[in-house]
Amino acid sequence: MTTEVGSETEVRKEPEKAEEQPAAPEPAATNQTDEAKAAEQSANDHPAPATESAEAPAEAKEKQEEAQPADNATPQEGEDTPASPPASEKKGISRFLPPWLKKQKSQSQVGPKESQAAPKEEAGVASVKEEDGEKEEQAEAEQTSSPTAAQPQVEEEKINGEPKPEQKEEVKSEEKEEENHSTGSADTQPAKEEKAAEESQEKSAAEEENKEAEEGGEEKKDEEESPKPEGGHSFIKSPLKLTKKVKMVMCHVTMLDGSQFPCEVEKRAKGQYLFFKVYEALNLLEKDYFGLSYKDNADQTCWLDPTKEIKRQIRNATWQFAFNVKFYPPDPSQLTEDITRYLLCLQLRQDIVSGRLPCSFVTHSLLGSYALQAELGDHDSGEHRLDYISDFQFAPSQTKEMEEKVVELHKTHRGMTPAQADAQFLENAKKLSMYGVDLHHAKDSEGVDIMLGVCANGLLIYKDRLRINRFAWPKILKISYKRSNFYIKIRPGETEQFESSVGFKLPNHRAAKRVWKVCVENHTFFRLMTPEAPIKAKFLTLGSKFRYSGRTQAQTRQASTLIDRPAPYFERTSSKRISRSLDGAPMINVTEAQESAPTSGENGREPGLELSSDSKVEEEPSEGAAATPTEGTEMKGDEPDSSQQSGRLRVQGENIYVRHSNLMLEDLDKTQEDVLKHQASISELKRSFMEATPEPRPSQWEKRLTASPATSLRLQAQGSLEEEMTSILFSKFACESGLVDPCCTTTRRATEGAVVTASGPLASALLTTEVLLSTDESKPTKHQRCSPSRTQEPPPDLTVDTVAKPPVVKTEMVTISDTFAAQKTEIATKEVPIVHTETKTITYEAAQLDGSGDGEPGVLMTAQTITSESLCTTTTTHITKTLKGGLSETRIEKRIVITGDSDIDHDQALAQAIKEAKEQHPDMSVTRVVVHKETELAEEGED
Amino acid sequence: MAGVMTGFGNFTHAVVRAIPSSLAKEALRMNVLDVDLVKAQREHEVYVGVLKHKLGLQVIELPADESLPDCVFVEDVAVVCGDTALITRPGAESRRKETEAMRRALKELDLNIVEMSDENATLDGGDVLFTGREFFVGLSKRTNQKGAEILADVFKDYAVSTVPVTDGLHLKSFCSMGGPGLIVIGTSEPAQKALKIMQQMSDHRYNKLTVPDDIAANTIYMNLPSKGHVLLHCTPEEFPESAKVFEKLKDHMLIPVSNMEKVKVDGALTCCSVLINKKPKV
Repeated sequence: MTTEVGSETEVRKEPEKAEEQPAAPEPAATNQTDEAKAAEQSANDHPAPATESAEAPAEAKEKQEEAQPADNATPQEGEDTPASPPASEKKGISRFLPPWLKKQKSQSQVGPKESQAAPKEEAGVASVKEEDGEKEEQAEAEQTSSPTAAQPQVEEEKINGEPKPEQKEEVKSEEKEEENHSTGSADTQPAKEEKAAEESQEKSAAEEENKEAEEGGEEKKDEEESPKPEGGHSFIKSPLKLTKKVKMVMCHVTMLDGSQFPCEVEKRAKGQYLFFKVYEALNLLEKDYFGLSYKDNADQTCWLDPTKEIKRQIRNATWQFAFNVKFYPPDPSQLTEDITRYLLCLQLRQDIVSGRLPCSFVTHSLLGSYALQAELGDHDSGEHRLDYISDFQFAPSQTKEMEEKVVELHKTHRGMTPAQADAQFLENAKKLSMYGVDLHHAKDSEGVDIMLGVCANGLLIYKDRLRINRFAWPKILKISYKRSNFYIKIRPGETEQFESSVGFKLPNHRAAKRVWKVCVENHTFFRLMTPEAPIKAKFLTLGSKFRYSGRTQAQTRQASTLIDRPAPYFERTSSKRISRSLDGAPMINVTEAQESAPTSGENGREPGLELSSDSKVEEEPSEGAAATPTEGTEMKGDEPDSSQQSGRLRVQGENIYVRHSNLMLEDLDKTQEDVLKHQASISELKRSFMEATPEPRPSQWEKRLTASPATSLRLQAQGSLEEEMTSILFSKFACESGLVDPCCTTTRRATEGAVVTASGPLASALLTTEVLLSTDESKPTKHQRCSPSRTQEPPPDLTVDTVAKPPVVKTEMVTISDTFAAQKTEIATKEVPIVHTETKTITYEAAQLDGSGDGEPGVLMTAQTITSESLCTTTTTHITKTLKGGLSETRIEKRIVITGDSDIDHDQALAQAIKEAKEQHPDMSVTRVVVHKETELAEEGED
Repeated sequence: MAGVMTGFGNFTHAVVRAIPSSLAKEALRMNVLDVDLVKAQREHEVYVGVLKHKLGLQVIELPADESLPDCVFVEDVAVVCGDTALITRPGAESRRKETEAMRRALKELDLNIVEMSDENATLDGGDVLFTGREFFVGLSKRTNQKGAEILADVFKDYAVSTVPVTDGLHLKSFCSMGGPGLIVIGTSEPAQKALKIMQQMSDHRYNKLTVPDDIAANTIYMNLPSKGHVLLHCTPEEFPESAKVFEKLKDHMLIPVSNMEKVKVDGALTCCSVLINKKPKV
């Protein structure tokens, strides 16, 4: 890796990256992972860049993330060159082009990121936040590569030492907490947010450079392939500059009428190129309702992102796509052109036949009769014998009786034109309760199978066929996903004071991400006036940068009003073909999804790794003893034992009672010299952070967070916790951008919360070990003061300074509850039952660590948090700059959270982590070691 | 043919059943009250008379069955929507046989009959609120999740949402439809809570008409070709305050119907009939 660094391109890019991370260079997708790994490894091997080696994983992640964004950028370029349709054609259509098509023109390499459109929520509802989408993607990529690693985060990271991206993406609604990181300058939050966007900055510059270099190298290659200059032009306009030989690939698109549309595209073409070709072939102007889907390796249906390279999205899958309706217009009569309605009819017929859109007998018959009228015209009793319709398929299972009914109804439509018949078809179909509802299999917090339905109005929750809850977009503040969990944060109702979160468990991480993406897109399309702008990335951004890049319904409607062409002629094809196509062609089929989903989930995940806030952890009563203070002490003394104990802990899926034991171990040890030694590198980091950081203002949101009892509750589950932290981070950014509210009081709190951990779904009691390393620059001596010896070996010498035994904590559990349950529990927040959690905390603190406490008097100037996650370790680096009586103090805290169920030898992991940390950061000291155990309810009584 | 979800409130037929004398003593009830059988029978005759003569519905009158004291409350044993009738599995075991006569009657009307054969399912029609666009099913002492699922499976065109019913016998013990998109709701806390849930669960907006007495919120709405909006509701004698509220419905033809006796055995207005919209054969 290091060797690569030298290339010019790299150098050039580096600066860019620093400023705009997201945009950064685009590495070849395949190589990215490797590179990242390499980077990490190198970092680890040679703490080289200086202190940060520990953070390397994080960086690696970041890099990956960056890489992806970069991908976006590059693809454009690539497309430009290859695509270049005749200018004349494009002109006419150009006004219908989505923003992303047009914007590209001006973009330079870096530009693409910006072009994506900065999201603004006009509806006021939701701002989309994605945090690690890209990371996730990479993670996914990784997953794919190694099927066994189901849960990307934990498993792979640790094992390989690869950085794993955090997989949480969030959409925030109504809170514009997002994105402008660039503005900020200031401050901070001490809290630890796992997703620190700026991780990359933290990373030693050197590492970044390396990565960049690598990426740069790739870019170079890319550039060579497709001339860069064109990057500026949208593919449409771009002249055929590609003189170089470009590898072409044949795509096959299954159209709605069942026909196949072959289309040759450049291998590195972006999705939009193919989109354009298809729209062009269809002569379709109102195209924003449609999309191209493909099946991923797990046979799950995914939407092709126009802004990204096709190849990177489909990965190893075949170049086989299906043209489908992506956004079902709630009122099809408002569509401008008949051809659009026709295509929508075809989609609905497919939906009906596949069973995705359930109908009653009568409705099947009625819709079938309109379809007949549209295709065949008036019923001709002479020509049409009864069997004429046997070739048509109207329902998943079609009876003779139904066919007779269809014919009977068909006769009544005499005189109706095909367009009228289509319109009637749609008028009836749109009223069906499942019209336009995109279903995803999931489980609620109790492991009960449910379905998540994403639609124009929001999110619907089904259990079997029953709707058990509904969250309209305006009611949703934020959506996010983490691992295989999908979370929504609900706006408090009239009588509620606090937001509540609801979590759902998806079959796997990808499924969670898919739901998240679909939500982002549907929300943007139906609820916003304009798509959210892409995050401009001045610095590293957190999470996925995924945004809906097309036009919103409002925009497409407006554009449609400008259509003034004569109605295009199109031929209505036989519905026979449609039914036939269902057999072989890839189409969206719910049942298929169901079947495949579980499987993929199994492949991909490791039982122990699944962390979800939804799950409940049970601990056997007797074993629960471990949680008791005494035992905690013992644990310290004899860690192996504790691990054994933990091993026995069982997690069951019932109620959530979580018990946490916090052992704060103090530690210390770095001599002052050591400190000085690394000072340089630290200050370097600091500097980079400071530049990037925003100013903190107290945000309402955070205040609430702090104040509300619910806040602490959130800590209960790691998943949710992380989510919280993430969101906090975001809000900070928002402040930076000056957009929203003021913020940061709570960070500290969040940090602490972080300590708490997670419940493992499958799992058994989870143990989380946290090591907090902190460095206080201004007061190096402090560390010395701290008790001397105990450092390197975590276990044995811990002293107990304080034993804090917080009693019963009420925890807000992330739960799906149907309304019934909610009613029973009488909680303020309707959907979220409160669960009692017992938390036991034993804290061992370093003697005089003033700086670390929450109560720190100083003014917070800056805070940066960098997080990286690997296998079952999450490393969070937090840099806080505080102004204290004129002195500015910078504290760097690094938090390493090791999570896992009892299978993991936590003691060993802890020892290892501490050891590594020490080596990497001689100037930092271990200030706290916290061991959490989550246990079941049963124990509640005991203590 | 009318399209999906049209003609809410348009009915042509009604199925009713006579009151057995066993009702006075043996009918199930939540509160112990003495029922005057004669009064109850007279009351029921008036009720049937309104349907038959005042509104011009074709009324199928099933004979009483002395072994089925609750048989007058036919609503609980069948849910009819469009051409489809779901024969329920009433939550009270003593009432299960009530379905037999109803099944025969509905078959004669040429409806598509669907049975609720699942032994674990229970459903009382009194827990089923059809708004014209969707169903709400109360999960009550008489109706369980499985029953609701079966209903959802039978009426696939419609969203079926569940609503917990903690107080009162049925969902419709404190609410009903008062018109298209208009929910009549009682003021009690459980009623209001249920309304909130229904509003949250629905993609559609409903107006509400709040009446002081929960049981008065049980009304029968029809939209008849010859009469327009029709609302059968409580009498001023029973619930003077609630009756006043209905006066606000200027567009409705208001018909107060006494229900003093039947209410003692938890019978509300809707309970005593199954309304059907039978389209004339083409």
